[in-house]
Amino acid sequence: MKLKVLFFAGLREQLGSGGEEIELPAEVTTVAGLRAHLKSRGGAYEKAFADKAAVRIAVNQQMVPPSSGIKPGDEVAFFPPVTGG
Amino acid sequence: MKVSVQKEDFDLSTEVRKISGDPRVGAVASFVGVVREVPMTLEHYAGMTEREIARIVEEARTRWNVMDATVIHRYGELAPTDQIVLVAVASAHRGDAFAACEFIMDYLKTRAPFWKKEHRPEGARWVEARASDDEAAGRWQDRSQKAG
Repeated sequence: MKLKVLFFAGLREQLGSGGEEIELPAEVTTVAGLRAHLKSRGGAYEKAFADKAAVRIAVNQQMVPPSSGIKPGDEVAFFPPVTGG
Repeated sequence: MKVSVQKEDFDLSTEVRKISGDPRVGAVASFVGVVREVPMTLEHYAGMTEREIARIVEEARTRWNVMDATVIHRYGELAPTDQIVLVAVASAHRGDAFAACEFIMDYLKTRAPFWKKEHRPEGARWVEARASDDEAAGRWQDRSQKAG
């Protein structure tokens, strides 16, 4: 399945990427699976996704728990805890 | 209801006037956040930010009498003394206006996708989320449970 991933703030800098279109293997069907898939790239990805609590996730611009499902065409964003206001 | 995420500054009295035109409005409570001490860059998730703030405002409307509300949050480069955020709530009475204003601000701090990067003399660093902000938002949960 093909979908779009986005990275923000410290995570974007750590990975050196604001996001990408990504083609996922069939067995990746949840946000947690996508996170594990990204982590398996090693290097900066391995490090950035090591601490699960440090990365928040939104699917189609709504915050979700890691158990949430993903489908083709989704926009999945990973980011650190927010610090606005 | 107005939600705006913008680079430009805002004017408090203009925004308050815009939401107090209804003769049934008896109270407008407002909060203005200001950059303290350190210059910063504010990044946000365009699209989600507006939707998330709108959700928070809608939630406030289900809890209190909110006749109108305005939330403006700035992004980009900001300097000490610059205004960052405005929350203004119009209601029939002050109790609802105060509570809804504080609720929106507390939830905005923990749910709206903004990130602050401070530019200190020793270098730039991303601001870390504070547990006290989560606690501030969490107390509304406790209140509704007690009330319910």
